[in-house]
Amino acid sequence: MEDLTFHHTTNRRASGDRRLAIVGVVASGNLEVLAERVLPDNHCQVEIRTAAEGFREVWTAVIDDFVERYAPGGLKLSINDGGARPDTVMLRLAQAVSVMEEQQ
Amino acid sequence: MNWQRHREEHLARIKAGSALAKGKIVEARDATRLLEAVVRPGDRVCLEGDNQKQADLLSSALLAVDRTKVNNLHMVQSGVVLPSHLDLFDHGIAKRLDYAYSGPQSARIAKMLFGGKIELGAVHTYLELFARYFIDLTPNVALIAAVSADRDGNLYTGPNTEDTPTVVEATAFKDGVVIAQVNEIVDRIPRVDIPGDRIDFVVEADKPFFVEPLFTRDPGAITETQILTAMMAIKGIYAPYGVKRLNHGIGFSTAAIELLLPTFADKLGLKGKIASHFALNPHPALIPAIESGWVQQIHSFGSEVGMDDYIRARPDVYFTGADGSLRSNRAFSQVAGLYACDMFIGSTLQIDLDGNSSTITTQRIAGFGGAPNMGSDPRGRRHPSEPWLQAGKEADPDIPAPLRRGRKLVVQIGETFGEKNVPLFVEKLDALALAEKLKLDLAPVMIYGDDVTHIVTEEGIANLLLCRDSREREQAIRGVAGYTDVGRARDKKMVQHLRERGVIRRPEDLGIDLLDVDRNLLAARSIKDLVRWSGGLYSPPSKFRNW
Repeated sequence: MEDLTFHHTTNRRASGDRRLAIVGVVASGNLEVLAERVLPDNHCQVEIRTAAEGFREVWTAVIDDFVERYAPGGLKLSINDGGARPDTVMLRLAQAVSVMEEQQ
Repeated sequence: MNWQRHREEHLARIKAGSALAKGKIVEARDATRLLEAVVRPGDRVCLEGDNQKQADLLSSALLAVDRTKVNNLHMVQSGVVLPSHLDLFDHGIAKRLDYAYSGPQSARIAKMLFGGKIELGAVHTYLELFARYFIDLTPNVALIAAVSADRDGNLYTGPNTEDTPTVVEATAFKDGVVIAQVNEIVDRIPRVDIPGDRIDFVVEADKPFFVEPLFTRDPGAITETQILTAMMAIKGIYAPYGVKRLNHGIGFSTAAIELLLPTFADKLGLKGKIASHFALNPHPALIPAIESGWVQQIHSFGSEVGMDDYIRARPDVYFTGADGSLRSNRAFSQVAGLYACDMFIGSTLQIDLDGNSSTITTQRIAGFGGAPNMGSDPRGRRHPSEPWLQAGKEADPDIPAPLRRGRKLVVQIGETFGEKNVPLFVEKLDALALAEKLKLDLAPVMIYGDDVTHIVTEEGIANLLLCRDSREREQAIRGVAGYTDVGRARDKKMVQHLRERGVIRRPEDLGIDLLDVDRNLLAARSIKDLVRWSGGLYSPPSKFRNW
C-alpha cells in the first residue's frame, strides 16, 4: 500500500451544491472516489490510497491534468485504488466532479 | 533425361501407402504406418494447422513415427497451434520450420528458437506463405482435415474450410501426397469442397478435429476506455472518410465498435454510410449490427464456433454453399482484405515512435497471421474509392489528383496501458531485441510505421497522414500516448500545435464527453444478449456460457 496526498490551488469553485458523492468501485483495475465539499473554494485536495506502489510520477501527472481541466475548487477527493490505469482514474475523477455539479 | 521423376516418386509413395488402404480409406490405427510408408526423410510437410481447424489425429500419428524412417522434416504450415506441432521438433522428426502464426504456442516456440531446437526459415503472413507453396516451399506431403469424405475421397470441409483448398492445390498438382483426416466417411457428402481426385488417402478420426474459438469476445469484459476509443474511431475516422469496406481485428476495442454501430453510430445517422462490407470471421459481436440492417456482406477467412446455425439462417450476409453452411477461404479472404477493403483497424502490443508495431515480446513469438496483409497499403491497387482517395490526398496534397495514389486506412486502436499496466507505447520494440538475439535479418514488425495512417487511444486520434516529417510524426504519437513514459516525454507546445492543425484530435474536439461513456451504449452487454439478438441461433461455446 502507498498513500499519496496532493494539494492544489484552483481558480474557481466546483459548481453545484452537492456535499458528497461516491463513484466507482474498489476492484482490481478500478477505483472508488469519495468527493466531499469541505475545503475553501480555491483549494482542492486529492488523497490516494493505492495497492500499486511506485507510481507517484504518474499520479502527479494525472492529478495535475485533472485539476487543470476540471477546476475542482472546494473539493476533497479521496481515492481508494485497486491498481486502476491512469485513463480510468481520470474518468472516475471526472464522473465524481460531474455528480457534485448536480443541484440538490 | 527423365522429366517425370516426381511423378514416379509420387506413384511409388502411393503404392507403398496403398498396401495399408482399402481404396483410399485407411484405418485410424494404421495412420502412423501410412505416414512411415509415404513420408521420406527431409520432406517438406504441410501439417494442416490453420488459424482454427487442426489436423490433430494426423499430427499425433506423425509424432509416433519411427524416427529412423522419418526425420529431418521441413514443416511448412501456417499455424503452429497444437503442442504436438512442437513436439515433432523435440523428438527430432522435424528440423526446419516456415510458418505464419503460433498464438497458443508463442511462449514455447520462443524458447525452442532460442534453444536452437528449431531451424527457422521465416515467419510469414498467411498470404505470403501460401504464395511460397507455389514457388519454392511446395509440400511433398500435405496432412489435412475435413468434416466428411465419401469413398472416392471427395471432401466436405464444412464452415472451417480455411486453408485447405490452397494447401491441396499446391500439393496435389505438383505430385505431392495428400492425406485427409475426416470426422466421418459417408455415402454422400453435403457439398464437394475438395474434389476426390486430389486426395490420395482418407483416415476416419475417432473424434472431431479440434477447432479453436478465436473470435468470440464477451461484451461483459469491454471496458469504458475501450468504449471511449470505439466512439472516437467511429466519429473521427469511420464517419469522415465514409468507410464502407473494411476488416476488423479481433480485440475488444473493435468488438466495442461492432456493438456501438446499432446505438451510438445509428444516432449519428451513419447507417448505410459506414461499415457495410467486411472481410471478417463471423464475429458474434457483429450480430446486433447485422440484425439492425447495417451489414450487407461478409466474406470470411474461417468460421467461428457456435455461429453455424446463425450463418445458415443469414445467407444474404454470408457466403454459403448449396448445402447452406458457410464457405470460408483464408487465401481469398486475405486477398479481399488486402485489395478490396479501404480500412484495417486492429490492436497491437507495442508501438514505437515511428509508428512501427509488433505483437512480439522477448518471451513470446506469436507470428503474424494475416495482420500485415490487412494492415498494409497495397501498392498494386488501381481502383478508386472515396476513403482511399481522401487518405491519399491528405498524405500528398500537392500531387495532381489523377496521378495521386490513394492510401488504405491502417488504424491501430488501443488503450495506452494494456493488460497488467504494460504500456502500449515504447521507445524501442522488443522485436528488435529478439532479432538481435536470434540473429535475424529482419525484426518481426507486424505493421510498418509508413503503412499506419491513424493511431487511436483514449487520449485522442493521431492522423499520421497529415504529418510532414519524422519529428511531427513522433510528437503526434507521443501526443496520444497518455501517461506512458513516451506520452509524458512529449513536447507540449508542438503537440498543442498539432492539435490546432487537426493532426491530433481529442475526445472534446470530436464532441465526445468523457461522461457520455457508458456501458449502456453497447447493443449487447453480455454473451446472453448476443444469443437473444440472434433469436437463439447463436450457440456460444461452453466457456462463454456464464449464466
